[in-house]
Amino acid sequence: MSTTATTAVAPPHPHARRNSFLLVFSCTVLGAAAQLLIKTGMDHFSPNLLAIAFNIPLVAGYTLYGVNTLMMVLALKNGEMSMLYPIIALTYVWTTLASYTLLGEPSNFYKNVGIVTIVLGVAVMGWKRKP
Amino acid sequence: MSPLLRSILLVFTASVIGSLGMAFLKMGSAHLTRSPWSFVNPKLLLGIALFLFSSVFYAWGIKGKDAQLSVLYPMVALGYVWGLLWARLFFNEALTRQKFIGLGLILLGVCFVGMGS
Repeated sequence: MSTTATTAVAPPHPHARRNSFLLVFSCTVLGAAAQLLIKTGMDHFSPNLLAIAFNIPLVAGYTLYGVNTLMMVLALKNGEMSMLYPIIALTYVWTTLASYTLLGEPSNFYKNVGIVTIVLGVAVMGWKRKP
Repeated sequence: MSPLLRSILLVFTASVIGSLGMAFLKMGSAHLTRSPWSFVNPKLLLGIALFLFSSVFYAWGIKGKDAQLSVLYPMVALGYVWGLLWARLFFNEALTRQKFIGLGLILLGVCFVGMGS
């Protein structure tokens, strides 16, 4: 999105920016929750249709994932990509922290440096250069 | 093949298929009109199908005690790398230096996370 293009359209609602920020932020938390649910569900996976339908974490996880994707699309429609990209990358932070605390996975230096580097990379990709 | 390598390969495959799905969703979204029937277009449907297909690979990859979410979920970020490739191939989007730096950082981060497994 370039600034020359945005000047052509009507100015956004004053709260639109803040709202899409909050929406995307909630999406990152919900996204991480969905990952945790899917992981929990898959660890109890058995390959028959009835078992899958009654695998509550798995079904809840994928439902949340779907709702989350729709919310993200809505937020991205109104917000600036450069501002929202780094926030979206927070999903990696929450998922990793939840894996450490709730799933009891070991934390270590390489994983933590890796996450910070990935978040930085996503932020750089979405960064809008001033013209 | 070790369970970890198997998991990594599955998530890697999921990231390729998922990003391809995203590209088809974008192609399909260009055909959207006000009519709800415009949702039924081959590219959009293929995009959704690829998305669902990729989630099967992903879910299989993160299944099991040895499959650490703190290692495998960050590898989903590889999808950004393929996304850049599809953007260049299918939509002729410019590959800027900034995008390359972002891509390099993501790859480096995924390597670090892999080293932590």
